[in-house]
Amino acid sequence: MTDRLRAEAEVQLSSWSVRGKVLAEFWHYFAQNKGAVAGLVLFIALVVMALLAPAIAPHPPNHQYRDALLTPPFWADGGTTTFLLGTDALGRDILSRLIHGARFSLFVGVVVVSIAVTGGVLIGLVAGFFRGWVDVFLMRIMDVILSFPSLLLALVLVAILGPGLVNAMIAIALVLQPHFARLTRAAVISELRREYVTSARVVGAGRLRLMFKTVLPNCLAPLIVQATLSFSNAILDAAALGFLGMGAQPPTPEWGTMLAEAREFILRAWWVVTFPGLAILVTVLAINLVGDGLRDALDPKLKRS
Amino acid sequence: MLKFIAGRLGLIIPTFIGITLVAFLFPRALPGDPVLMLAGERGVQPERYQQLMVQFGFDRPIWEQYLVYVGNMLQGDFGVSFSTKRPVLDDFLNLFPATLELSIFAMIFAIAIGIPAGILAAVKRGSVFDQAAMGVALTGYSMPIFWWGLLLIILFSGVLGWTPVSGRISLMYFFPSVTGFMTIDALLSGEPGAFKSAVSHLILPTIVLGTIPLAVIARQTRSAMLEVLAEDYVRTARAKGMSPRRVIGLHALRNAMIPVITTIGLQVGVLFAGAILTESIFSWPGIGKWMIDSISRRDYTVVQGGLVLIAGIVMLVNLVVDLLYGLINPRIRHQ
Repeated sequence: MTDRLRAEAEVQLSSWSVRGKVLAEFWHYFAQNKGAVAGLVLFIALVVMALLAPAIAPHPPNHQYRDALLTPPFWADGGTTTFLLGTDALGRDILSRLIHGARFSLFVGVVVVSIAVTGGVLIGLVAGFFRGWVDVFLMRIMDVILSFPSLLLALVLVAILGPGLVNAMIAIALVLQPHFARLTRAAVISELRREYVTSARVVGAGRLRLMFKTVLPNCLAPLIVQATLSFSNAILDAAALGFLGMGAQPPTPEWGTMLAEAREFILRAWWVVTFPGLAILVTVLAINLVGDGLRDALDPKLKRS
Repeated sequence: MLKFIAGRLGLIIPTFIGITLVAFLFPRALPGDPVLMLAGERGVQPERYQQLMVQFGFDRPIWEQYLVYVGNMLQGDFGVSFSTKRPVLDDFLNLFPATLELSIFAMIFAIAIGIPAGILAAVKRGSVFDQAAMGVALTGYSMPIFWWGLLLIILFSGVLGWTPVSGRISLMYFFPSVTGFMTIDALLSGEPGAFKSAVSHLILPTIVLGTIPLAVIARQTRSAMLEVLAEDYVRTARAKGMSPRRVIGLHALRNAMIPVITTIGLQVGVLFAGAILTESIFSWPGIGKWMIDSISRRDYTVVQGGLVLIAGIVMLVNLVVDLLYGLINPRIRHQ
């Protein structure tokens, strides 16, 4: 009895230590890419900033300081340290709006990727497992979605659903989802030929178990890389929709919406335009840096290229 | 090869049916009455409503409506825009050259810089140039191009005053449209300064639209070159004592270009999406601005027609790229 318990404990231990080793190896490859580490640090800083926004932001994001309209940033002529990055045309503090805006962008990324991954993986699993007409039917639908330029399809969906951040997220998730479906399907089809799947089948694993416990964990690497790419794409697309007036609506301090509101002042007040865009660029760049590092670390075929 | 072509052609038919279904269902999915939607924002009298109902065919069963819709479309009838009162196809054909001209310039810009930069980065792998070029490429790839356009306007139009802010040519010039390409028409018109004006209007939109393709092409060229440079035949060529220039130009480049060409082809969808943003920033009278204006004007016949035409073009270009890829790479053909 005690022997059996000890044996089980050892198995447990070894599976934990195996996991630890895998993680350590992953980190070893990831950390070789200095850009990826920098991106990760930046990304964590952004997440912290978004979480603590109400505490960090020097002013409420929507408070209008009517006697300080279009104040330049503190280092420019006429700027004050009260408004470090200046104020917009309604006298709102730009820095505070940017800090609060990080919440929207990261939220958009998380929600969109969650919906797109869930939908895409399910469709890909079903198509890859069942093949035949189910596969053909599902993949043709994915082809149709992919034949529209993503932003155009998102715009049309928003026209149907009505403008707003939530609808923009649904639209973007729908547009990004076929990439996950295709990746999952391709990975499933190649994994199904492997021996471990056959042996699981022989032992009597049911279809659902085969799908989610046997095959899916082995398809994760490309999906994780794609998820990072989609995260940054979602942020860009949501900002673009906001910029075109079809995403988050004013006075929401969403970065794309802030740019749309700032457009008419571009030749008079450069700071209203510059900082929101810079925030988008830095966020997306940080995520893409992490994505490149993940690809190097997870996909040995593409490593060092 | 014929089997390969037939297979690819067979795949596009269901895709095209899907595209038309999306466009067909679009006005019917909108909240509210589709007749009122297609008729425009102003209200209609009850008799006129009945008339429109019959005119748009909403009194018939839905599958019949779809067949009529596709039948009309195949004859080039995409409906009439309620804001311009002209056939959608005519408006599309009028505006398309503007988008095409901008896209061609953007692609030339992206290829002319992206491919040499990618090759050089791969050959000098790990060098300062490589790191700088890839850093710039990743930044370009992460760029919100609508903001990039505004920044360029602030710098080049606002501070320096070098380039105009919007449009295709200065209002001083007026000449008939022959090709629809402003640069060519300006040359043909023979008016002094017209060509220069057209080019100066093109510079900023070209940079903005070309930025993401440039970044993608540079990254793809670099990784394709690196892969090829590690191949045995390149090592053999080097061992034979061939000059590095010949090894790279003759052996490596040709093989590395195969995936790059595919990447270039696949940028068409990206260009259309980019055109929506670029054209709306620079008031460029092309398809992208037309679509976004029609969406905000609720001109849904135009949106419907534009969807099919744009997706159709993207689909056809992808098909051509696919076929070309099969032509130059037999491994794909025989899969």
